[in-house]
Amino acid sequence: MRANPSSVPHPTNPREGRLSPLVENLPPSGIRRFFDVAAQMDDIISLGVGEPDFVTPWRVREACVYALERGYTSYTSNHGLPELRQAIALYLDAWFAISYDWQTELMVTVGGSEAIDLALRAIIRPGDEVLVPEPTYVSYRPCVVLSGATPVPIPTKPENEFRLTADDILAHVTPNTRAIILCFPNNPTGAVMDRQDLEAIADIAIRQDMLVISDEIYAELTYGAKHVSIASLPGMRDRTIVISGMSKAFAMTGWRIGYVAAPADILAGMVKIHQYTIMCAPIMGQMAALEALKNGHSDKDHMVNTYNQRRRLIVKGLNEIGLSCHEPRGAFYAFPDVRKTGLSSEEFSERLLREAHVAVVPGNAFGEAGEGFVRCSYATATDKIEEALERMRRFVASL
Amino acid sequence: MNDDKKMQVLHLLHENSRLSVETMATMLGVTSEEVKQAMTELEQSGIIKRYSAVIDWDKVESTKKVSAIIHVNVTPQREVGFDAIAERIYRFPEVRSVSLMSGTYDLEILLDGEDIREIARFVAEKLSTIEHVISTATHFLLKTYKADGVIFDDHERDRRLVVAP
Repeated sequence: MRANPSSVPHPTNPREGRLSPLVENLPPSGIRRFFDVAAQMDDIISLGVGEPDFVTPWRVREACVYALERGYTSYTSNHGLPELRQAIALYLDAWFAISYDWQTELMVTVGGSEAIDLALRAIIRPGDEVLVPEPTYVSYRPCVVLSGATPVPIPTKPENEFRLTADDILAHVTPNTRAIILCFPNNPTGAVMDRQDLEAIADIAIRQDMLVISDEIYAELTYGAKHVSIASLPGMRDRTIVISGMSKAFAMTGWRIGYVAAPADILAGMVKIHQYTIMCAPIMGQMAALEALKNGHSDKDHMVNTYNQRRRLIVKGLNEIGLSCHEPRGAFYAFPDVRKTGLSSEEFSERLLREAHVAVVPGNAFGEAGEGFVRCSYATATDKIEEALERMRRFVASL
Repeated sequence: MNDDKKMQVLHLLHENSRLSVETMATMLGVTSEEVKQAMTELEQSGIIKRYSAVIDWDKVESTKKVSAIIHVNVTPQREVGFDAIAERIYRFPEVRSVSLMSGTYDLEILLDGEDIREIARFVAEKLSTIEHVISTATHFLLKTYKADGVIFDDHERDRRLVVAP
């Protein structure tokens, strides 16, 4: 694992009036600075990576090579390859009990990221507010701002293991609330919402006439009960935009293949933006995704089982060090509490990196509610997790 | 311990038999005692034969060992079928594996030797002379790319950024 420091662009101060105020006022990602420091060191063990350590399964890569050999290099339909959309429809139905018409309610996107942006731009009207439960993935707030809406962060609480409760939401709803962005299983906390948890949220969404953008990119990575999509609850399908993709479950991050399932009118709006700005997701990635959905399930199961074993290892290790850590029930992150060390998230992360050569991500990078916690990814080989825990143990003891 | 967990113990050991009992217990969410118990049972019932390492002998400078796969056709014997002939072959310590095959030949033998002549001698003097052996075909191994699930010269590295959201 390494990166060439010279390839890292450094932020420049924009000249007066050259940039859109929206962009100029957008804060840079809190993760960037750590990346710069970490890139200078060569014996880092990184628990800071938000992607699988597995390379894409060979059968998927091989299918892409074969597709290239046969000349699959063109544009596809704006919506994505029909075969792929059909496969996604079958997959969502079989695994998450949500059924969508592949012709009018599904679209293949350039990663889940594009779908987040499209969803927001498609639904936002002037003056709208969007609820963003935090800590959460770093893109939502900037995307909300860029869509012209106002993000309203909702802190989720450690005592609830960072699950979202009805009371959390109700305290932040206003007449301008247009939508809420859910990310469960959650990056960075590993929190999972059970059916009952979601029912309480659905109830409010219906009563307040809110749309739900549900980023379910980690849906396959749960380690107890199976993932429940909020779109599968009564009355929710018509107000939910489900976003997912191939990146996490099938270790296909670099392929940039995501997808979105939504009621036909909303999807049509998203397709409009997509067709003018993106045209279509790359066909090579789409061909690979098709192979993954058709034949990649045993590879996926193997990876999920491996994450589960490492999850138990890291949670036990962190708790033994004294960094108390709730049991993450999804994704591949542990989110230990570092407040007992007396250090802030950033101080802890920076000193851990400089003194113990272990990279983690400070919790406040995922919103103020993450302060006092750090994100440790267990998408890392077992022996590296064990070594990282040993280094962290020595570091914490030295404080 | 249930059968699923036992299977997982087997997979973990097959992957890395040096994992400590405590680590395996944590990874599987069971107690150390349960892992120990399961391992004892698996050993006693003959499911776990031994704990060994996967070695790329080509990288060991001091050895010039050669290996060959030999396909053998035999006439099965009344009552004991192929088993008695297989046993006469697998008792030789230089024979690393013997399997009964479907298809155009009956037994597949993996044989190790110090050099080609030693293997030739074994085929000529020991194997071909066994009663009921009809024919043999010897194939020398030139290079091992992958054995027991391990790719020997894997050039795929971790190419991820050190920190990513």
